[in-house]
Amino acid sequence: MNPETKTLKRDVKLILDESDSYGVEYALQLVESAGGGTVTLVSMAPNNETSGLRTALAMGAESAMLISDDALVGSDALSTAKVLAAAIGRNTPDLVMAATESSDGYTGTVPEQIAALLDLPSVTFAKEITMADGAMTVKRQTEAGYDVVECPLPAVVSVTAGVVEPRYPSFKGIMAAKNKPVEELDCAALGIEPTAVGWAGGGQEIVDIVEAPAREAGEKIEDEGDAHERIVGFLDELKVL
Amino acid sequence: MTIYNPPLQDIRFVLDEIAELADLCTLESFSHVDSDTVDGALAESARLMVDKVAPTNGPGDVEGSVWHEDGTVTTPPGFIDAYQKYVEAGWGAVAFEPEYGGAGFPWVVGLALQEMLTTANMAFSLCPLLTQGAIDAISHHSDEIQREIYLPKMITGEWTGTMNLTEPQAGSDVGALRAKAEPNDDGSWSITGQKIFITWGEHDMADNIIHLVLARTPGAPPGTKGISCFIVPKYLVNDDGSLGEENDLRCVSIEHKLGIHASPTCVMAYGDNGGAKGFLIGEENMGMRYMFTMMNNARLSVGLEGLAIAERSYQQSAEYARERLQGRAVGAEPGESSPIIEHADVRRMLLTMKSHIEAMRGLLYLDAANLDRAKHGADDASRENAADLAALLTPISKAWSTDLGCELTGLGVQIFGGMGFVEETGVAQHLRDARIAPIYEGTNGIQAIDLVLRKLPMKGGAVVSGFLDHMGALEADLAAAGGDFVGLGKALNSSLGELRAATTWFLEKSSAPNEALAGATPYLRLFGNVIGGWVLAKLALAASAGEYDEAFAEEKLVCARYYADSVLPLSPGLHQVSTAGSSDLFALDASQF
Ligand SMILES: Cc1cc2nc3c(=O)[nH]c(=O)nc-3n(C[C@H](O)[C@H](O)[C@H](O)COP(=O)(O)OP(=O)(O)OC[C@H]3O[C@@H](n4cnc5c(N)ncnc54)[C@H](O)[C@@H]3O)c2cc1C
Ligand SMILES: Cc1cc2nc3c(=O)[nH]c(=O)nc-3n(C[C@H](O)[C@H](O)[C@H](O)COP(=O)(O)OP(=O)(O)OC[C@H]3O[C@@H](n4cnc5c(N)ncnc54)[C@H](O)[C@@H]3O)c2cc1C
Repeated sequence: MNPETKTLKRDVKLILDESDSYGVEYALQLVESAGGGTVTLVSMAPNNETSGLRTALAMGAESAMLISDDALVGSDALSTAKVLAAAIGRNTPDLVMAATESSDGYTGTVPEQIAALLDLPSVTFAKEITMADGAMTVKRQTEAGYDVVECPLPAVVSVTAGVVEPRYPSFKGIMAAKNKPVEELDCAALGIEPTAVGWAGGGQEIVDIVEAPAREAGEKIEDEGDAHERIVGFLDELKVL
Repeated sequence: MTIYNPPLQDIRFVLDEIAELADLCTLESFSHVDSDTVDGALAESARLMVDKVAPTNGPGDVEGSVWHEDGTVTTPPGFIDAYQKYVEAGWGAVAFEPEYGGAGFPWVVGLALQEMLTTANMAFSLCPLLTQGAIDAISHHSDEIQREIYLPKMITGEWTGTMNLTEPQAGSDVGALRAKAEPNDDGSWSITGQKIFITWGEHDMADNIIHLVLARTPGAPPGTKGISCFIVPKYLVNDDGSLGEENDLRCVSIEHKLGIHASPTCVMAYGDNGGAKGFLIGEENMGMRYMFTMMNNARLSVGLEGLAIAERSYQQSAEYARERLQGRAVGAEPGESSPIIEHADVRRMLLTMKSHIEAMRGLLYLDAANLDRAKHGADDASRENAADLAALLTPISKAWSTDLGCELTGLGVQIFGGMGFVEETGVAQHLRDARIAPIYEGTNGIQAIDLVLRKLPMKGGAVVSGFLDHMGALEADLAAAGGDFVGLGKALNSSLGELRAATTWFLEKSSAPNEALAGATPYLRLFGNVIGGWVLAKLALAASAGEYDEAFAEEKLVCARYYADSVLPLSPGLHQVSTAGSSDLFALDASQF
């Protein structure tokens, strides 16, 4: 974190977020099992940084859109969603796939905001997706197991980490990715007012950042013959029993 | 167990500054190769190595490959999956010719990928390595039909390959082998005999195994002039490319050994039931000549094992040294325990590892780049020069690097103290794994003999003196750079003087071979050490002049200085030792030992 701006530092070399790699892999698998279709990547990143997109293109995605603009510095989740929604809206995809949350910011709200902005249904925490007749059936991860939901297409779906094993780009894939189109866009190209996004457009203010409290020491229960009772009591207190 | 952290920046640096990749890519054969793709390939391959291959190294050592009564061999857990991913990603095909599915990239780029594979798991890496040797032999010497049958699947890695030279009475002396080949009516051959120590001779990672077997045909002249080379597939290949009948060959046991436990070292029996079907490569009695054409690549790859395994041990040792608290370092507060990395002697060990690793990488990549230029250079003269230089460097690449592999992994164990000697930290495995590399693919003793008796006399000594002059030319650049570089130049120059004098002595002694043979091994060490000094000085200079960041440039300069102060000063001693002659060696009767 940058203590001055109270934002995430993203000035290191950017790579494909591991959580996104599941979405990319799942999208590729859906296209493969459908026997046709394409996967288009949409990404917002500083400095026209394409290396993460190159990895996903090498995995097999067809093309990419990259939105980079100085006006986007300081964007919060909603600004990000506005930008991505505008880019996605230039096409008419059957399905918009995203990770549940990024592994640095993890607000976990961008996919749902995109869905709202595009007026599409949204399904979260997907662990299994099947498509048939213009609709999809999704197994949604829950604390107890999973729910099965049906949803008409087009829609936005976010997948949970680890649901598929992301493929490793092959050397042929890397060679092919060299010639795949990456369309570089800025706010103007998307018809977004620079004041609506970034620092200027943030409808919220970060007042402070603090370190997460260190985990408190646990309680040790020495077994004096009554350990089981004390553990039950402890769990009772937590209201987990 | 620590994970492996591929040194991508160092690899790329040596590719650029020593192998001169940009210049290599101006050659017509490599016009399709660009810098970004090389980076992408290194980065993605590194990820697969870290995620899938490196984690199999420790368990592979503990479990080992297992032989069963029916002649099959099971690899340790995770190997099949890792190998399949390696094949799917196509990493084995990068440096092969495009005709049969390769990507036609420079060999030196392939070597960089191979370095990471070998560091991730040396035992595992031997399977692609032997396949590479077999591909080399087939692509250079087989006819078109054989190439089309075998190469595409071997280049992808779907089929693996082996090299069958060794027999109980024929190790260093390959000419003593006895396996037999009798002609069949259909043009194929019937192979009988036993081969030992065959790496990855049987396993469960691929659909077919293509054995290259050296054998004698009826009436063949004795010794190396009567050896022919045969393709003997585990499963015969039908005309349509599908797999047919199982051949008459069997893995009758695997060895229990010091290291590389996951790599099955097989005793192979050919023709117990009448004869294994084999297909002659090229012409009869030319087998040994054919082996020589692939020898440079194979020896370079084994040299790479010295580098790779030292790198793995170094990474683990450096991490341990930062964490282990023991004793109070000079200057530390009383009562405080210091991380052992604060002790001078531990730093000595770590810097010895670090500087030698970079020096080895420089030598090996230089050798590989010359193999590329030997094949793809712009004109006859540059191809010939590069081929000569690669021939000179190969025995040094192999022997110097693999000896260092053992020494440096020994230091790794030492840095761990008692925890290095017990197996649970995994650092002992590296030492055990490293120990095979000075033995196979021509023992290091044989490499030293090759250097002094075959390579030094090339073109009347002009090849070696040309290379020494080339290294000497760096001094002027170092002097011009000023500062610490002046001292690096002086140290290099004085060591080069010792190496020159020793070289002259060896060139004069070719008429008294025992004198030369007695000192060949220390001479090879001297030669390797001096090349190392040249590599490190060149890298330090490049890092200071180029667009590298300050910390990186400093690291390179410190390595070069340390090496110039602690390794190059051994040169006069090594000169003296290598030219001491053989009289004492033969002063005792064999029974007195
Ligand atoms: C794990 C492992 C894997 C192997 N994989 C393969 C494989 O895949 N295919 C294959 O064909 N072989 C393989 N080998 C065999 C290997 O190449 C031989 O072990 C090696 O060539 C040495 O031969 P040797 O063991 O018979 O030793 P020897 O030749 O008996 O050598 C013993 C010692 O004598 C020295 N010596 C021998 N001759 C001379 C000489 N003329 N002058 C000076 N010194 C000499 C050697 O340097 C050595 O120090 C493998 C061996 C091992 C252990
Ligand atoms: C097989 C085996 C049998 C053993 N038997 C016995 C036994 O019977 N009884 C017994 O009491 N112990 C025994 N030991 C322990 C053994 O004596 C210690 O392992 C040894 O003293 C090294 O200590 P260490 O392992 O803690 O390494 P460390 O002290 O952690 O050393 C790690 C590295 O740091 C270096 N280092 C540490 N301190 C300094 C310093 N101040 N300056 C410079 N370098 C430093 C060391 O040289 C070493 O390279 C045994 C160990 C083994 C492996």
